[in-house]
Amino acid sequence: MNWLNNYVRPKIRSLVGAKSDVPENLWLQCPSCEQMLFHRDLEANLNVCSNCGHHMRLPARRRLDTLFDDGAYTEIELPDNVADPLKFRDRKRYTDRLKDSRSSTGRQDAIIVAHGTVGGQKAVIAVFDFLFMGGSMGIAVGNGIVAGAQLAVLQEAAFIVIPSSGGARMQEGILSLMQMPRTTIAVQQVKEAGLPYIVLLADPTTGGVSASFAMLGDIAVAEPGAIIGFAGARVIEETIREKLPEGFQRAEYLLEHGMIDMVVPRHDLPESLGRVIGLLGQKSSGAEIIPVTAATAAPDADSGGDGAAPAD
Amino acid sequence: MADTPVHAFLDFEKTIAELEGKIEELRHLNDGGDVSIVDEVERLQTRVNRELTQIYSNLTAWQKVQVARHPARPHCLDYVSALVSDFTPLAGDRTYAEDHAIIGGLGRINGQSVVVIGQEKGHDTESRVKHNFGMARPEGYRKAQRLMELADRFGLPVVTLVDTAGAYPGIGAEERGQAEAIARSIEVCLNLRVPIVSLVIGEGGSGGAIAIAVADQVLMMEHAVYSVISPEGCASILWRDGKFATDAANALKLTAQDLLQLGVIDEIVSEPVGAAHRGGDRAIRAAGKAIAEALSDLCGTDGAVLRQNRRKKFLKMGDTAGI
Ligand SMILES: [Zn+2]
Repeated sequence: MNWLNNYVRPKIRSLVGAKSDVPENLWLQCPSCEQMLFHRDLEANLNVCSNCGHHMRLPARRRLDTLFDDGAYTEIELPDNVADPLKFRDRKRYTDRLKDSRSSTGRQDAIIVAHGTVGGQKAVIAVFDFLFMGGSMGIAVGNGIVAGAQLAVLQEAAFIVIPSSGGARMQEGILSLMQMPRTTIAVQQVKEAGLPYIVLLADPTTGGVSASFAMLGDIAVAEPGAIIGFAGARVIEETIREKLPEGFQRAEYLLEHGMIDMVVPRHDLPESLGRVIGLLGQKSSGAEIIPVTAATAAPDADSGGDGAAPAD
Repeated sequence: MADTPVHAFLDFEKTIAELEGKIEELRHLNDGGDVSIVDEVERLQTRVNRELTQIYSNLTAWQKVQVARHPARPHCLDYVSALVSDFTPLAGDRTYAEDHAIIGGLGRINGQSVVVIGQEKGHDTESRVKHNFGMARPEGYRKAQRLMELADRFGLPVVTLVDTAGAYPGIGAEERGQAEAIARSIEVCLNLRVPIVSLVIGEGGSGGAIAIAVADQVLMMEHAVYSVISPEGCASILWRDGKFATDAANALKLTAQDLLQLGVIDEIVSEPVGAAHRGGDRAIRAAGKAIAEALSDLCGTDGAVLRQNRRKKFLKMGDTAGI
């Protein structure tokens, strides 16, 4: 279990390490309200537009900084895998695409797994990096989910996965498709250990990622405006030759259709996630169950005892 | 259909089309039983077989895709009617609708009661529309889940027949949770304490296929394909032009032979010379034999062990680090 020989990442690293290449004086335009935003203000506001509340994507590392208590967490090393099992080449070699993404993101693949506490509760978080080949799921991402789930089971911690992914990584062909059952097994192990498995759906969550572990959370939380769905909007439009409804595949639309539990603004996530884990984990935290008093328990004492619940 | 004539020749079958055209002409001439014409027909037929053997043992990945999609290739219902006795279709997901893209029901294979589930593409315009060209909506996957759970409850093995371009991309399908339906279907496959055997009979299209193909034994017809994305879709994204589908098909390693080598499938079922659209009955018989053997290998095993082995198998997929 080489991924358990993890190393402690000093807290300070997350403060000074993640240097952005953005010039100091840069202004960015909000894609939603078109307001000009000073990039440092935007960053300080977790990439949420201060004018309209539009949520822009948040880098994977910042996710961990903001969700774990005091920004403190331990990242685990993920196992290596065969980098290019199919020797895939399109207009470019897959190995070259990997090399480019590795040098631009500074990580091995599209997932980071770390453990710490969220709202005082033990948690393992696996977060996708959309900047690494669109957060696509290949074997390495599968390894991350499997390792994260197994770590959660070992630590009796909640498992939080934060997908931000266009789906399966085509360059790994059928082996990327096989990560769908593989990651499903991983989260089954968490569930069967009686631990909370929480999915935080970030923009975007589509394709093979949405159609596997991402839709199997005990609790499904989404960020405002996140695109969540199976098929891409363009594919659907080309198939049905109709315009898509307003807000189609957005988090709020899924909430409306009963597909997720809640839409939570980014700033409220640490509190919400901590509370949910706390509520679900009460049994294992050793809290005593307050017995129901005799007076409130009385009504079915003379119901004949056939076990049938009265209809109401 | 097993005995549907080969209407459409594929573009790499030009020599076959010519030879068969000649044979047809000669047969037409030969009302009187002319011995020399009979000989000539026989000679040409031998050549056809030789050519077919030659062509079909050297198909490129893209040619395989075309064969796998051939309209005269036997479809799910052809397999079911030939291999499953007492077939009793069961309908509906108990939540929203009956989805004809996925057929399912009870029946017997070699005397053994089973639950059969499969994607049906249809064989003419009317049936293709009815079955939505084999592209299921969430209801189809929820029906599959329901039937698998039924099988589990009654200790019946599950046999799935995979043949779909993919799950249907539509507004309603998305609204009713296509992603969730597929994910849950994968989960149900993994939970089964009964044997599950899958056979990819034509096209194994991405999530829509894996949803019912997480099996103890995954079999594949010799000229079937199975892929994370269609070659056309892959080409239009990675090559930015669908015309590169040939290259994408090669790169994706989607043939049965490639998949066996990658350890993703367990067995290849041979098709007759010239593929299943020329000899549907023989292809189906071979499939029936392979399914029956897989079932009898699995049927003695304890349910908990089956489930554990299935999970172990899929947990290893692509993992070369050996966690
Ligand atoms: Zn704005």
